[in-house]
Amino acid sequence: MAFPEPRPQLPQLPQHLLKTLDCQQGAVRAVRFNADGNYLLSCGSDKSLKLWSASRGTLLKTYSGHGYEVLDADGSYDNSQLCSCSSDKTVILWDVATGQVTRKLRGHAGKVNCVQFNEEATVILSGSIDGTVRCWDTRSRRFEPIQVLDEARDGISSIKVAQHELLTGSVDGRVRRYDLRMGQLHVDFISSPITCVCFSQDGQCTLSSSLDSTVRLLDKSTGEMLGEYKGHKMKGYKLDCCLSSKDTHVLSCSEDGHVYCWDLVEGSLSLKLPVGKAVVQSLSFHPTETCLLTAMEGRVQVWGAEIS
Amino acid sequence: MASDSDSDEDFVSYGTPLEPLEEDEPLKKPVPLHEQTVKDEKGRYQRFHGAFTGGFSAGYFNTVGTKEGWAPSTFVSSRQQKAEKHHVRPEDFMDEEDFGEHGIAPKEITTSQEFSSGRRDEIREKARAVNAQAALIPGDTLLEELIAPARLSIGVELLRRMGWKEGQGVGPRVKRKARRQQTDGGSRVYGCVLPPAGSEDSEDQDDDEEFAPEDVTFAPKDETPVDFTPKVGVQGLGYRGLDPGMALLGRGAPEHIDLFRPQSEARSRLFGGAQRGSRRGGVAGQAFGVGAMEDDDDEEVYHRDSMSRYDTVLGGEEPGDGLYGWTAPQQYTKKRDASYLGKILEGFTLAQKPADEKTIFPPPDLPRDYRPVHHFRPSVDVSVLSGVSPALAEALRASRGHMVKEEEPQQGGRHQLDSGRRRTLLGEDALQGPSSVMELLRPEDRQRLLNLRGSSNVPSTKTTFLVSHDALQPAGRSAVGGSASCGLQQDALAAWKGVQTSSQTFRPFEKNPSKQARYELYLNRLKQGDKDALEQSLDPAVTEWERSRERDEFVRASILYRPSSSSLSSRFTSARQQEDEDSVEVSRDQEGDVDDKQAAVNMKMFGKLTRETFEWHPDKLLCKRFNIPVPYPGSGVVGLPKVKRDKFSVFNFLTVTESRDSSGTLTEYPPAPPNPPEPGKRSRWDVSDQKKREEEAKKNDPLSELLSAARNQTETRLEQTSRTEEEVSEPADFTEQDRPPMDLFKAIFAGSSDEKSSSSSEGDSNDEEDVKDAGEQPLNLFNVASSSVASSSAVQTGEQLKHTLRFTG
Repeated sequence: MAFPEPRPQLPQLPQHLLKTLDCQQGAVRAVRFNADGNYLLSCGSDKSLKLWSASRGTLLKTYSGHGYEVLDADGSYDNSQLCSCSSDKTVILWDVATGQVTRKLRGHAGKVNCVQFNEEATVILSGSIDGTVRCWDTRSRRFEPIQVLDEARDGISSIKVAQHELLTGSVDGRVRRYDLRMGQLHVDFISSPITCVCFSQDGQCTLSSSLDSTVRLLDKSTGEMLGEYKGHKMKGYKLDCCLSSKDTHVLSCSEDGHVYCWDLVEGSLSLKLPVGKAVVQSLSFHPTETCLLTAMEGRVQVWGAEIS
Repeated sequence: MASDSDSDEDFVSYGTPLEPLEEDEPLKKPVPLHEQTVKDEKGRYQRFHGAFTGGFSAGYFNTVGTKEGWAPSTFVSSRQQKAEKHHVRPEDFMDEEDFGEHGIAPKEITTSQEFSSGRRDEIREKARAVNAQAALIPGDTLLEELIAPARLSIGVELLRRMGWKEGQGVGPRVKRKARRQQTDGGSRVYGCVLPPAGSEDSEDQDDDEEFAPEDVTFAPKDETPVDFTPKVGVQGLGYRGLDPGMALLGRGAPEHIDLFRPQSEARSRLFGGAQRGSRRGGVAGQAFGVGAMEDDDDEEVYHRDSMSRYDTVLGGEEPGDGLYGWTAPQQYTKKRDASYLGKILEGFTLAQKPADEKTIFPPPDLPRDYRPVHHFRPSVDVSVLSGVSPALAEALRASRGHMVKEEEPQQGGRHQLDSGRRRTLLGEDALQGPSSVMELLRPEDRQRLLNLRGSSNVPSTKTTFLVSHDALQPAGRSAVGGSASCGLQQDALAAWKGVQTSSQTFRPFEKNPSKQARYELYLNRLKQGDKDALEQSLDPAVTEWERSRERDEFVRASILYRPSSSSLSSRFTSARQQEDEDSVEVSRDQEGDVDDKQAAVNMKMFGKLTRETFEWHPDKLLCKRFNIPVPYPGSGVVGLPKVKRDKFSVFNFLTVTESRDSSGTLTEYPPAPPNPPEPGKRSRWDVSDQKKREEEAKKNDPLSELLSAARNQTETRLEQTSRTEEEVSEPADFTEQDRPPMDLFKAIFAGSSDEKSSSSSEGDSNDEEDVKDAGEQPLNLFNVASSSVASSSAVQTGEQLKHTLRFTG
């Protein structure tokens, strides 16, 4: 006796405000989920990095050691380490439990916009306004980067790592994908300065938002454009975009205080989430669930599919 | 016996007082002996032991310890509880009686060791004794001595370490003879001299008969410390009370009766006026050796001793050097300098040489009108003042030289001047005759010499070849420069060749107009790519040595001030202005033109047009950390592979067959640019776009028609070169049939973008002018086209910069 197939659920959108965290650390420059989505990191403009419990909304730890505002952060896969980058040109590797600085990596010539662990947290990749991506070794005691990727002609605004691929978005209007396994560099010309790049969850597409208020979904292998998402406003700020956890929607911050959410396939605007009046600085989607983090001014808001 | 009446006095009472006797009370019966019992404080009976006083019972009923007797302590030691080592003290075997008032170890408050009498500090005691003598009541400090703690100071400890012994004086050792004289002289002093006091002085008396060799030194006599007691009382200055020590010793006292020294008189009274001998002691010595009845002064009946004869420290006598006593070796004083004879601390030796005296030079005496401000006088070159007598010139120079206008500042030494300038300075005429040794030779000899030299240095073969051709010219060009400067010449040639800028910003030889002119000539020839530029532009009239110097200077200057360095060209788009420069370090795979990509983006044609793929080498360690195999094993390259080669524009590539005669360089043409891995899929936009552009170009002004004609020409030429593919030479459908290499696209799009920029509304006049220039100079047509591309891309970078600024904001 066969059971009936479960009815396919409609993809849900994080449209209900679950929590608002007042971070007390100045403007929140970036908010990030950790690898499993149980914790969140908020990068404050008061030089501090804060770790929160995503479910309870309680502050767990404050990491202070940067000399200027923290711009991006990432957590390792085993939640034992954090990395963060700052306007003070440094990248710091933190020990989560003790809150101590494990390593302070200097070498960038300008403020460091984005930072990312690789999958095994053996390498920290940081992109800076000086146009270089530096690959820092976390295993050795070397203070020099393993490799400096200086192909970009302008500052690096965003960086993502997926398995053996490295995706960087630069202000020179190009999305560069370094394929370490193949030893190839693919450059996609977008022409407008890139603010954020993402891999899709299936690893077949790249998403890139640029300052011409457009989010583009490109085929990873050929570079052809699969979709174009417009309607939001992204003219002067480095704002984030992302894909939902099941690759059903494309989300982007906007300068008009909303988070725009498009259907990935159709390209139609499916949700316009009013976050506030100011610019939505950063957003992060839960890796598995329908949960969204947004950062506006000094607050971080947690959005879910339904009110729990 | 404590009486209640006298409560002021504090008696200590022992035992129980007897009851007061009463008159009328009958006498008590004596207690029989067996009823006389002694009880302890707890009421227990105590038995007597012993015959007389007896000890009381000890312990438990005349046993020891407890009821059980001495319980042997069991030794228990486990891993958790280690048995601590138990030190048995005598107190462990005592009971409370023993600790009691009358016990064997009474527990009571006693003076601690610090306050108990320990080792005696003799000096201080002596000083105190002196004070006591000087005090009003002699022996006043006796109580103080009893109470005060006696402890050695660190100075005494140090002295003791250095070999000093109690009773000795401090200082270098002296010979006995001198010391005796000293003491004798001291005894003759009249006046308010403190008489020698203390028992130590008596040792002098038995030194007479002692054998005192010349080279034996002794410790100096001890000195009593200077008494700094404040004056109290109403006595006169120097008054002292009766000195009992003096009275007892009686030695060396002054004979006259002094008011302030009453002790001599008192002594004579006391001891029967024994005044005649200074050594006469009253009560002296250990056993009061001279009887009262004896008035004879035979001294030394008994031996007198002093502490300095003995070692007060066991084994502390200084080893081997025998400083003290008469067992000192003979050569001791010969060996040592007499300036310091004490014991030298361990690890130190006396310096062999005395320390050098520093000669101090006194500062010079300043003149009275000296002012510490220096005025620099402008240097005046006397030699250039023609028509002025040397005396006048000297005077001018002395008077700050205001009268002379500085025509030409001296350029360092005479080596800065060449022979011609020296000649003009000296006013000589130019030498007639050949300027080079080479010209004196016969032409065939010269030829042979040059050939020899040319074969010796291989890199300059070509130069020498040219030289040998022009050997008959008086310029005397030779390859003296050698191979080292030859490499520099090549660099300079590479840096300057083809530079169009005529404006010479830097003029290194501005001081010397003729030299500057020669330098500019050299630069111009360099720009034209003349390999022989240097030799041709040198001054033929100077000597060989000066010419070689000038050659070096020119080459160095041209390298130093070469046009904007191409090392930055890999980072900035504007550096593509020098695209036709050859041999620069560039990325092997240059990114294609931006404009066609921009067009593709505008048309939303992402894909092949916007995608470029390069070979990229990750670091080996990076691959290891990412846990992937190294994609290019064995390659040492990291990042984008770079090659040193000609930069080429598309036009350069397309005009491959044209030989560049003007430059004269035999540079290798680069291999065909690597084709990005193109899938076989073909985009329909390619054709239509190109066609559209072609039509657009046709519609444009005649200049662009000219350009398109040129492009057609190049296309056909390229087609001819790729004749192997047996294609029909129809440009329209050749794109449709088979996909051409990417370079052709580059060529097409680069060219059309140029037209587009000139035809579009934003096309500024600069581009137009450039194109017009191109029309006038057909040779430089391709350069101009590429430079216009560069200008448009510079605009692009400007936009990016704007974006970047907004980013930071």
